[in-house]
Amino acid sequence: MSMSKFAARLYKKSLALAALALWMAPAGSQEARIQLGAHITEDQLRGFDLIAAPDGSGMPPGAGTAREGREVYNRRCLACHNLNGEGVSGNTVIVGGDMQSEESPLRTVGSYWPHASTLFDFIRRAMPADAPKSLTDEEVYQVTAYVLFLNGIIGEDQSINSETLTAIVMPNGNGFVDLSHLH
Amino acid sequence: MKKLHWEKAAANGLLNRRHLLQLGLTGLGAAGASAALGQDAGSILRIPDWSRMPGPGASAYGERSPFAGNLQRMASNPDPIYPGGGASRSPLQFLQGTITPNGLHFERHHAGVPAIDPAGHMLVINGLVSQPLAFSYENLLKYQMVSRIYFLECSGNSGALLRGGNADGSAQSLHGLLSGAEWTGVPLATLLDEAGVLPEARWVAAVGADAASMGRSVPIEKALDDVLVALYQNGEPIRPEQGYPMRLFCPGWEGNISVKWLTQLKLMREPAQFRDETSKYTDTMPDRSSLQFTFPMGVKSLITSPSGQMNLPQPGIYQVTGVAWSGHGAIRRVEVSADGGSTWAEAMLQSEPTAKALARFTIPWEWSGGAAVLQSRATDSAGNVQPVRDAVLAARGSIGFYHNNCIQSWGVDDGGAISNVYV
Ligand code: HEC
Repeated sequence: MSMSKFAARLYKKSLALAALALWMAPAGSQEARIQLGAHITEDQLRGFDLIAAPDGSGMPPGAGTAREGREVYNRRCLACHNLNGEGVSGNTVIVGGDMQSEESPLRTVGSYWPHASTLFDFIRRAMPADAPKSLTDEEVYQVTAYVLFLNGIIGEDQSINSETLTAIVMPNGNGFVDLSHLH
Repeated sequence: MKKLHWEKAAANGLLNRRHLLQLGLTGLGAAGASAALGQDAGSILRIPDWSRMPGPGASAYGERSPFAGNLQRMASNPDPIYPGGGASRSPLQFLQGTITPNGLHFERHHAGVPAIDPAGHMLVINGLVSQPLAFSYENLLKYQMVSRIYFLECSGNSGALLRGGNADGSAQSLHGLLSGAEWTGVPLATLLDEAGVLPEARWVAAVGADAASMGRSVPIEKALDDVLVALYQNGEPIRPEQGYPMRLFCPGWEGNISVKWLTQLKLMREPAQFRDETSKYTDTMPDRSSLQFTFPMGVKSLITSPSGQMNLPQPGIYQVTGVAWSGHGAIRRVEVSADGGSTWAEAMLQSEPTAKALARFTIPWEWSGGAAVLQSRATDSAGNVQPVRDAVLAARGSIGFYHNNCIQSWGVDDGGAISNVYV
């Protein structure tokens, strides 16, 4: 079901619920609270919820290798990220760097990113930048594997799926300090 | 005319702020007090032409006067490999008060502005809740809303200055990723309550409906505190470039986490570790460790006039004015220096500052015609004091560039030309 059809159906349902909720609320009651959210199920969100987290939640079925991903990369990514992920501008370098380098470190997927899941999550939601969400899940796995391979993190024929991807320890995996407790 | 005596409040011409009440000062371009009404005033005060004929009638949508100057945002150059990506900055040096007009509010997009028809837009709440829910725009409008005035600042604002670049910038080009507005919307806590947050939920992953599906994770404590699902900005429906039909608004925190075009809130045990909370919007320290989830924007102030790329026409008395803000509370006081930070005078705050909102400060200054360095320094209600640039560099280095809240120095040369300087 397309997103807009899904939205339209929920919309109709929520209008009906709204009328019901307003009708049920006792006039002048302090307790009366409108509750207009339409009840849905996680199942209905399968094509909508794209969050692929480090614990593997949200990762779809499927798998891919860097060898397969090279073809996807050359077709869909090369124009902006260049040969071997070298980039064509500051924000398109996705390979290389060293957090311990003498000079200010080049921070890329390989040198900086703490979680491999982020690569799948980001490519699936936002790349290729000229046509986001146009890759199949299989292609996302393949090209994720290719970017990891270019960074020397996995071998060319290592199969990447929800389990193997989230098991990868990234080179800078221990490089982050979570300050969320301070706020 | 009797020569008035101005009480000095700090070196190099800063006057006691109470003189603001006596001086009919305007901003840059105001001549000295002695020129407020010249000798020949009588001869120029005639009934003007526009008082002799009717003007056009009412209109459907008002525009600024053509005489008020062509106020514009300053947008980054379009980049063909980054479709819709980039930013635009508010013209801070030409604005007054604490509210940014909606068309001048700064922007930052990761994949352009989506053209959202609210009839096809949903706000979904799922994950660790008793009942996943979907809200239509029309239904959200029926909820009890609150209106709050808050600043919004991109954590990359002023970032180039840490690296020593952009020496010749304006308040807009250097610091324009800052705006202030009244945001009206439904408290997020109301909607989360309806879905029933499970005890193990610690984070809310928020996702936008733009082509980048930009996502950020918000700790549950903040989500249940003062976060809004904002629907209106300064009284009108939020504009597309600010997230129409709805955006998350996390008061006091770095702009990026106030996810625009909000379409999903997923309750999770751990952060989603989105690209924009790992690869970006993280702060690498000199020891190469990187700080993550550094949300609040630090206490900060900026003199908006006189400021970079302006010119003081002649020696005399000027009104120094600017804005101050803090993600940790309300502004308590703002001090101004005209000698590069050796001596300070307390500025007047135009109205009682409120938490996480812009405060406007002013102070009169008599420019002698010599060199000066104008600075402002804010203190917030939590006792935080805005640091000098060297202190920020010593503490955090310049590998990262987010969260630069250092004191801005505007150098005035003996010809009256003003530019960014590092002191
Ligand atoms: C039209 C140009 C374009 C194409 C095609 C493209 N990208 Fe990108 N990519 C970008 C830009 C621009 C950014 C930076 C986005 C930003 O900063 O918001 C980026 C960012 C990224 C990043 C994150 C970099 C970082 O360090 O944060 C990854 C990973 C990535 N792209 C992978 C891919 C993959 C894989 C493909 C092919 C499926 C692809 N891109 C296709 C333009 C492109």
